[in-house]
Amino acid sequence: MAQTARLRHSVLVRVTHWLTTIAFVALLVTGLELVVSHPRFYWGETGNVNTEPLFKIPIPSSRHLVPTGYGYMLPDQNGWSRYLHFQSAWLLVLTGLVYVGLGLSRGHFRRELFPTRSDLSATRLMSSIAEHLRFRRPSAEEAWSYNVLQRLAYLVVLFVGFPLIIWTGLAMSPSFVSAVPAAVNVLGGQQSARTLHFFLTGALVLFLLVHVFMIFLAGFWSRLRAMITGRAIELAENGRTGAREERA
Amino acid sequence: MSKLSRRQLITAGVVTAAGAGGLAVAAKIAGRYGLVPPDSGGIYGPGETLTYAAQRLLTRHSMAREFPRGQISAEPLMNEVAPLGEDFQRLQKAGFADWRLGVDGMVARPGSFSLSELQSFPRRSHITMIQCEEGWSYIAEWTGVPLWHVLELAGASPQATHVVYRSIQPDWWESMDMADALHPQTLLAHEMNGGELPVGFGGPLRMRVTRQLGYKSLKYVTSLTVTNNIKQFGKGLGSSEPEGGYSWYAGI
Repeated sequence: MAQTARLRHSVLVRVTHWLTTIAFVALLVTGLELVVSHPRFYWGETGNVNTEPLFKIPIPSSRHLVPTGYGYMLPDQNGWSRYLHFQSAWLLVLTGLVYVGLGLSRGHFRRELFPTRSDLSATRLMSSIAEHLRFRRPSAEEAWSYNVLQRLAYLVVLFVGFPLIIWTGLAMSPSFVSAVPAAVNVLGGQQSARTLHFFLTGALVLFLLVHVFMIFLAGFWSRLRAMITGRAIELAENGRTGAREERA
Repeated sequence: MSKLSRRQLITAGVVTAAGAGGLAVAAKIAGRYGLVPPDSGGIYGPGETLTYAAQRLLTRHSMAREFPRGQISAEPLMNEVAPLGEDFQRLQKAGFADWRLGVDGMVARPGSFSLSELQSFPRRSHITMIQCEEGWSYIAEWTGVPLWHVLELAGASPQATHVVYRSIQPDWWESMDMADALHPQTLLAHEMNGGELPVGFGGPLRMRVTRQLGYKSLKYVTSLTVTNNIKQFGKGLGSSEPEGGYSWYAGI
């Protein structure tokens, strides 16, 4: 079998994808743990149990300072959660810098993610949306490129979602904002930054759910294999696709 | 799988060696310039070191945001404190007249200051936010003697790297580097919102560190030790917080 292996995903994309996955999961789990110590959100500069919240999450808290209406407390795990949250944030930021830097220099974004002008026509967009709404399983050729909605979603997550969640995170840092006060002032205050950070988490989790759902729709094992080994299903000469697709 | 050629192996080896060497040099330089926190060991050490080093390069002299009087919180939150012991209650009965702040370590004139001496020193006020690691916050006006003034009176050594400070509550102690110790906003605060500092907020004497989370603003401060060897205190992690699982540097 002297077949030349065509790679669907470059080493850069695969490595940064999984490092981002690890960082994101760690940030999500520890972030939710931190919320449990004060499941109340405010708008403006300050907020505490003496002030009216913007909204509360109806869960018990890990601290008895917070009146939750529950007669018990959740275990307090803020210590390691904080350590891991910020270490994972560094992993996310450094991975993102490598991905964007190398991605730009190698034309990854131009080739894989920027939609073409014709892709962005109203009719093409509408037909892509209609296809998605029918939950149609994509054809084998589509394993080799992203469709226009996929490209737009990935671009928004990469260049809007992640920068905003990093910014709102930094805007909560008392030391960072001492050097860059505008980072928090334009958001309306430190508690506003915390609330926005929470909403952005929700938006990224929503993306993650849709992302994983679409992968199931397209064929979970083949897409997962492509993101691990780089190899997508080859259209073999005998017309069978994905000869190794059956699960052991 | 393609076989690795000799050239690829050599390149990989050189890159790995350069990377490891680069990291070792970076760690050495970071250590010399005080960019490594005392709790830099363990699995979260890399993240902590990156955070602290980045903050020290970016924010050595920056000022915490100060707010207009109108933004002072109408209802600041008095956090829970562990029961205050007999020593505290005895001092409280006497109106804290006998409260003293001991200063020792790398100082030319070790000794102690009474609360009234500290109150008579030049004072600075600022209206700043205090943020708890839990997520809540309030803004208050803090008044006190700048820590740098007390360090100057005691004749702190220019070789010092950290100031350790302790609470009357046993097991509560903290430390900060000289960037924070000599920072103009760092106060030994004895007034809050124009009145006496209430006990619930750390009265009669609270360390107010403006660019870090609330737990660095230790309540009921009774002593300072100036040092250039922070590892010799407690378990060598810089304060009681990392011993309980929280990071030493709380500027985030």
